[in-house]
Amino acid sequence: MTTRIVELRRGILKKNDELAAGLRARYAAAGVLVLNLVSSPGTGKTAFLERTLKELRARGARVAALVGDLETDNDARRLASSGAPVRQINTHGICHLDAEMIAKHLEDWEGAELDGLDYLFIENVGNLVCPSSYDLGEAIRVVLLSVTEGEDKPLKYPTMFNSADAAVITKMDIAEPCGFDRAAALKNINEIRPGIRIFETSAKTGAGMQEWLGYLAEALAGRN
Amino acid sequence: MHELSIISSVVDTVTESLAPYPGARVVEVRLRVGALASVVEESLQFCYGIATEGTALEGSRLVVNTLPVVMHCVPCNGDVELEGVQSFRCPRCGEPCSDLRQGRELEIEAIEIDEIDKVEEKA
Repeated sequence: MTTRIVELRRGILKKNDELAAGLRARYAAAGVLVLNLVSSPGTGKTAFLERTLKELRARGARVAALVGDLETDNDARRLASSGAPVRQINTHGICHLDAEMIAKHLEDWEGAELDGLDYLFIENVGNLVCPSSYDLGEAIRVVLLSVTEGEDKPLKYPTMFNSADAAVITKMDIAEPCGFDRAAALKNINEIRPGIRIFETSAKTGAGMQEWLGYLAEALAGRN
Repeated sequence: MHELSIISSVVDTVTESLAPYPGARVVEVRLRVGALASVVEESLQFCYGIATEGTALEGSRLVVNTLPVVMHCVPCNGDVELEGVQSFRCPRCGEPCSDLRQGRELEIEAIEIDEIDKVEEKA
C-alpha cells in the first residue's frame, strides 16, 4: 500500500456553476436582463413581482417570469394575471432553484424566447439559506425583506444579504402598525452589504415602485 | 439545508477522480468551506457517513477547513480578515467593505488515498 495525496481543487457546485455560466452567456447574447428574487416564505415576492410585471408591461417592456415552489402552481397563476408569460417550477421538496431547472424550463417556451424579452424574473423558492449557493446566471440578485419579519434578518442570514445586488423592503404600507424600525433595518442591511441599493416598497399602494422601475430601466440600458 | 446534495456531489467527484488509481481506497477527503458558504460542518459529517456507504470513500475521514471572510479594504489598501459575518467593516479602520476576496468557497481541496502497489509500479 502506498499513501498518496491527490490535489483536486474542485468546486463542489462546479456543475451548477458551469451551467450558470452558460445561461449567463445566453442571457447576454439575447440582451435580456435576468433577476433572481430571493426571500423568506411570506415576504411578498409574488405580490411584488405581480405589480412589477404589470407596471413593466404597461410601459411596453417585454417580460416573463419563472417561479419556483415546492408544490402548487398558485403563484404562476397569480403572476399570469399580469398577462406576462409565466412558468411554474415545482421542485418537489428541493429547497432552492438550480441552473439545470432554469435551463430545462426555458426550453420550448413559446412566447417567451429569450431574444424577444427585455426582462426575465426568476422568483426563487422562499428560503434565505440554500438559494444563496446556487447561481442561476442572473445579472441581479434581489433580496426581499418585509416589515413584518424583524429588522435583524440581514444579521441572521448574512450570506444571502451579502450576495445580493439590490434589496427590497416590502409591505411598507403596514410598517407603522408593525412597529417597523426603518433606521435599524437600513443599518443592518448596510452592515452586511455596504452600499447596496435599497427600495422601500408596497405592492398594495405602489409606494417605491417608481424608483424600482427606474432602477430596472437603468440596469437594462446598462446591459444593452 | 442542502448538505446531503453537497456531500453526494463530493462523493461523485472523488469517485471520478479515482479513475487513474484502480482499487484505491480513500482515507481522507479535505474540504475548504468559506464562512459564507451556508453549510454546517456537523450536518456535512452526518451526511458523509450515509452517502459514502458502499463506495470507495466508505470509512474515510472528512476534514472541513473553514475559511474566514477576507475583504479588501480600500482606505487601508490591503486585505483584511473579518472576525465574523455580522459586520462587513474593516477591523482596522472601521470603514465598510464591499469587495469580498474570500468566504464563499465550497470546494474539495485534496484527497488522501491508499493505492495498491502494483498500480503504482505501472504508473
